[in-house]
Amino acid sequence: MEQELTKEELKAYKKAKEQLTDARKESFGKWLRTKGWKHLIGWVMIVYSVFPIVYVISGSFADADQFTSTLFTSFTTDNYRDLFADEYRPFGAWFVNTLFISGTAAIGSVFLSALAAYAFSRLRFTGRRAGLLTLILVQMFPQLLALVAIYALLVNIGNVFPFLGIGSQLALIMVYLGGALGANTYLMYGFFNTIPKELDEAAKIDGATHTQIFYGIILRLAAPILAVIGLLAFIGTSSDFVLANIILTKPESKTLAVGLYMYVSDQFGQRWTIFAAGAVLAAVPIVALFLYLQKYIVSGLTGGAVKG
Amino acid sequence: MTTETKGPTWQLPKGRQTRNKGLNDGGTPSLHGTVVKIVLLSLVSAAMLFAIMILIGNEDYLFAGIVAVVTIFFNWSYLRRGNLPTKYLLPGLLFMAVFQVYVVGYSAYIAFTNYGTMHNSDKDDAINALLLNGQTRIAGEPVYPMAVVVDDAGELNFLVTMTDESGATQVKVGGDGEVLQQITPTEFNSMGTAVSADGYTELSFREVVARQDEVVKFKVYLNDDPESYFIMTPDAAQAVIFGPRLDYDPVADTMTRVEDGTVFYDSGEGSYRSEAGEDLAPGWRVEVGLLNFERAVTDPGIREPLIRVTIWTFTFAILSVLTTFILGLGLALLFNDAKLRGQRWYRVAMILPYAFPGFLSAFVWRALYNREYGFINVVLFGGAEIPWLTDEFLVKVSILLVNLWLGFPYMFLITTGALQSIPSDLMESARIDGATPWQQLRLIKLPLLLVSVAPLLITSFAFNFNNFSLIYLLSGGGPKDFDATINVGHSDILISMVYKIAFSTGEGRDFGLASAFSILIFFIVGTISYFSFRRTKTLEDVN
Repeated sequence: MEQELTKEELKAYKKAKEQLTDARKESFGKWLRTKGWKHLIGWVMIVYSVFPIVYVISGSFADADQFTSTLFTSFTTDNYRDLFADEYRPFGAWFVNTLFISGTAAIGSVFLSALAAYAFSRLRFTGRRAGLLTLILVQMFPQLLALVAIYALLVNIGNVFPFLGIGSQLALIMVYLGGALGANTYLMYGFFNTIPKELDEAAKIDGATHTQIFYGIILRLAAPILAVIGLLAFIGTSSDFVLANIILTKPESKTLAVGLYMYVSDQFGQRWTIFAAGAVLAAVPIVALFLYLQKYIVSGLTGGAVKG
Repeated sequence: MTTETKGPTWQLPKGRQTRNKGLNDGGTPSLHGTVVKIVLLSLVSAAMLFAIMILIGNEDYLFAGIVAVVTIFFNWSYLRRGNLPTKYLLPGLLFMAVFQVYVVGYSAYIAFTNYGTMHNSDKDDAINALLLNGQTRIAGEPVYPMAVVVDDAGELNFLVTMTDESGATQVKVGGDGEVLQQITPTEFNSMGTAVSADGYTELSFREVVARQDEVVKFKVYLNDDPESYFIMTPDAAQAVIFGPRLDYDPVADTMTRVEDGTVFYDSGEGSYRSEAGEDLAPGWRVEVGLLNFERAVTDPGIREPLIRVTIWTFTFAILSVLTTFILGLGLALLFNDAKLRGQRWYRVAMILPYAFPGFLSAFVWRALYNREYGFINVVLFGGAEIPWLTDEFLVKVSILLVNLWLGFPYMFLITTGALQSIPSDLMESARIDGATPWQQLRLIKLPLLLVSVAPLLITSFAFNFNNFSLIYLLSGGGPKDFDATINVGHSDILISMVYKIAFSTGEGRDFGLASAFSILIFFIVGTISYFSFRRTKTLEDVN
């Protein structure tokens, strides 16, 4: 492109560029009109975006009686100590439960979806296209909509197997696994299609079985993507409130989302600073994960957007 | 297409052409793999067998049969050679079939029943509960003198001295929940009441007071008929005869209230009902046809809130998408400028609301909005007690503002991506043709952007349509609507209303009505998906 520019055009281009780089040397008023206002909006947006988060962090270190009006006027770590000391609201157990439930559900759902995506990507069978279409349609209806039926179903299952009924973490994980195929398979199917078929054909001729191809080639090559999808599934399930709330009944078996609600639904003010401490601890891993995965999340979002 | 994975064909020496079966069937299984497979299959089968046995024990033959068929199909699929698609799809499909497909059908079924707190079991259970729950003193029955005694094991018993009309006296003893047995007394007090017998000694007044709670709950039955009358005592000295409040006639299938003789008949709607229309609770589960849908249309206490909630759900979802999209797009246009210094920092800061777990954001904003202590009222409005979350109208504004905070980063990210994918030569030629920045935006950037972002806007709409967490955790759907006969608030959306009807504590749970409403949501979501798929051709891409 640039080679096609004529000399005059090149000159104009250089002049324009000079003007742009010289802009900062010019008067403040001009800077404000050209670029400064963007920075102004940028700062406003930073305050808007970050303030509620700063407010929680400040609250988590504040004395219980002076938390609302000002930020960082008092400093105490009592809230963090109290958070773990409350035996009716076992925060430590909630944290472990969340890791266990969301972790198991994430690994399980990535595995189930990978199995299905392998079938759709590598095998040809009748009903394959119909199957893919069904998955896309199922994706549109969140499990949330059937929450009454899920509850009733688990009550019925619990009458036969108490360890899989209402109140069981295992039951909650199974419900999450039920949503796995709809959520991730189509995405994974796309990634598996980008792995060259020649690889598994070569392995096949060398005598590899289908399981060896699946575990040894497909899963190995897609590992980074699977990890990202798994971590996103983890973030998703760890933020779920409604299913966890109707299924988990005992305080010690709750997840963070359900447990922390106990703090907020009670009288505000009395325990706000302790709640803030809990919120900070609960948010740190997820925000860290999110920022770490930012690149993938953004490319995943825009990948979908640009394809359209 | 079906030939793609068929393996190469070989010419065998004898000239017979054959396909290499091993290649298509997934190769020769390794010993290691076979062992793992057998172990896993036996574990699963053992668990399923256990389930079948328990189900047969509960006389639930239909589900026992279903589990048995699934188990056999499962084993057959994995034990035979080939048929790889089934092997790979089966595990995920099983879970999806139960927890995502079956439950939808089950919702539809529940919508046609009266399932709820007052109707949660079958008729036999309801009859038992009715007979057990209510108890009333039987008029005309005599009051007998009695004593509280303990046996050798320290268990309480009632020692009752019963004198009939002819003056004959019988002394009987019995523990809680037991039937009275005749016994020979060893000691009487001055009133002629037996106070001890073989193996039973009288409890002192102080001991009776100490075990008062136990004594007043005591029930001793007169005989072993399940509808038998029983003895209770108000003061540890008088044995009063109680009986069930209701009398069940199994032949006519009616309940008669003992106090006033009112007869209750099976209403056919899962309860016993009197001529006057009074229902006995609990009832039992029955299919009620379209009753739940009828109620939603005819009962103004349900219809009015349902209409209002539906309108607000659409308003909320549309305004959420619009506001977040406009702010996100504006910011994307502003900051999509590689020369802007600090651009990366602005980006990270603006992604934070998206990275922060959504349920926590709702809690934090709930605190910020608090009427008395919240930062917004105390600091920004100098102590004004503005009812951000408790006023019918303000609560909606507050929710939209919070959703703007939660949602703009997503829109910022996707519009930035879409803007960057617009070919730069297009913009260049527009500039050369003398298009003003506004024209460039309106005529080139926006149309191109909308083409690629429209499907995501529809997804975002669908997400907000069912954004339960935000509404429920921020405002709880409040403030409550007191004109409604169901538990619903002014900021509830359809899905949070379903949840509150089905699960709110305090008020009765009505699963039937809640399911009827979820069926309504299914239809709305289905319609939206149908049109969005027709527009975006996603389905045609599948191959």
